[in-house]
Amino acid sequence: MTEETIVNIGPSHPSTHGVCRIVVTLDGEVVVKAEPIIGHLHRGIEKMAENRTYLQVVPLTDRLDYVGSMYANWAYCRAVERLAGIRVPERAEYIRVIVCELQRIASHMMGIGSTGADTGAFTAFMYAFAQRDHVVELFEALCGSRLTYNYVRPGGVSMDLPDGWVEQVRSFVAQHPAAMMELDTLLFGNVIARARLKGVGVLPADTAVAWGTSGPTARGSGVNWDLRRDDPYSVYPRFDFEVPLGENGDCYDRARIRLWECVESCKIIDQALDQLEPGPVKAEGLPRLLAPRPGDAYDHIESARGSLGVYLVSDGSPRPYRMKVRSPAFCNLSVLPLLAEGHTLSDLVVIIGSLDPVFGEVDR
Amino acid sequence: MNINELREHLCSQYPDLCPLFSVEFGDGVLVIDADRLHEAATDLRDLGFDRLGMVTAVDTRDEFELVYRLQSRQMHAGIFVKARVPRDEPTIASVTDLWPAANWQEREVFDMFGIVFTGHPDLRRILLTDDWVGYPLRKDYQDERIIRRPDYI
Repeated sequence: MTEETIVNIGPSHPSTHGVCRIVVTLDGEVVVKAEPIIGHLHRGIEKMAENRTYLQVVPLTDRLDYVGSMYANWAYCRAVERLAGIRVPERAEYIRVIVCELQRIASHMMGIGSTGADTGAFTAFMYAFAQRDHVVELFEALCGSRLTYNYVRPGGVSMDLPDGWVEQVRSFVAQHPAAMMELDTLLFGNVIARARLKGVGVLPADTAVAWGTSGPTARGSGVNWDLRRDDPYSVYPRFDFEVPLGENGDCYDRARIRLWECVESCKIIDQALDQLEPGPVKAEGLPRLLAPRPGDAYDHIESARGSLGVYLVSDGSPRPYRMKVRSPAFCNLSVLPLLAEGHTLSDLVVIIGSLDPVFGEVDR
Repeated sequence: MNINELREHLCSQYPDLCPLFSVEFGDGVLVIDADRLHEAATDLRDLGFDRLGMVTAVDTRDEFELVYRLQSRQMHAGIFVKARVPRDEPTIASVTDLWPAANWQEREVFDMFGIVFTGHPDLRRILLTDDWVGYPLRKDYQDERIIRRPDYI
């Protein structure tokens, strides 16, 4: 054994996928201990929400998971709707499902692409980002914004679909599964990427459950839990889809099931577009200023990273008394010290990438 | 076991708590004394609540209310456990030994509310810097850098 070295990675380092500092204790090149130090992107969103009206909080939720803003919008709006007893029109529910499944694709493309970049397969990164860009352009046509959408609002969505948008989504969904097959060969069929991903950062299923991980991080370990199917919300019970599961819980499984989830998302979008009927996209008779009854409400959805929950407490005033965001990325990142132990420093980078953390959501 | 059978089980186990158990939006809500929290949490975990979804707190101005959300994969059910601790000495038993997921989440509650979790292996600030003064999510937190939004409404 050589003398232990302490290396500080970050907070601003390309391999940490955001502003995260990791203090790594190394024995030669092997990680003895890795301690993530988070909070560099902490903006106090929960505190800021206490000082804004219910509608003014929606743009704040955009800034949580900035790779998947639609999810935070939706989770927050569901909690508000539960608290205020708002019924959402059916067309709005379908639109929410469509945009959120598109968002899942956009978010997973970022996750898979960065796995490629981490393992030296940079071409895969470009292919994934080409797909992501399609989705981002669809969102730009939908609400004028490429990153922070502010689209899902309490009671529905901000505006109806623009002309020709459904056809554009159909043509995107039609080509996407084939692009995923190509990406699968390109990245997961690559000998170097396979060697870098297989058997690295193994997360056993019972540990995944006990540490509160969710989403692809837990499902990569074979934990069969997806809120869309197991605690169905919105119109998800009407769709037929599979939940891809990994077997070994290593970086390879975590990264690869994201790819299959994208294919499943295409199936859901296709069915949702078939069932989409004309109608209102916002609940009728909503007051300009929401002031729900005193009480509390919690709702959660399956975001690209896992179970994203919002807990709201109202005291009857037009501002939330307390808002808590149950962040999946926060819980997923907490297993990093377990996963990194015994691997080399270069594998640490791959492990962080496979957890796909977004620090806007970790730090809030 | 569904949520009604869970209610029956809890009522036989903790008869005095039975009136404190309710079902809201399909989730069970159990209000419990702070000193019995760990005992009840152990019981719930053994009943199949294998996931600790969330630990958070609410400053009610008189007390702190701790809110735990547990989830059971077999029952497809969630339950909220709420416990109140006094503001002047906010202490409660840690559940990190039952669900390691509580580790970071309890650190966050300590960071934001100053609630001390006894038995926590590593109770430090997590999001704020170690030398931060005060607990920002308390309602009486003062900081001259906070700018109140004007009352447009």
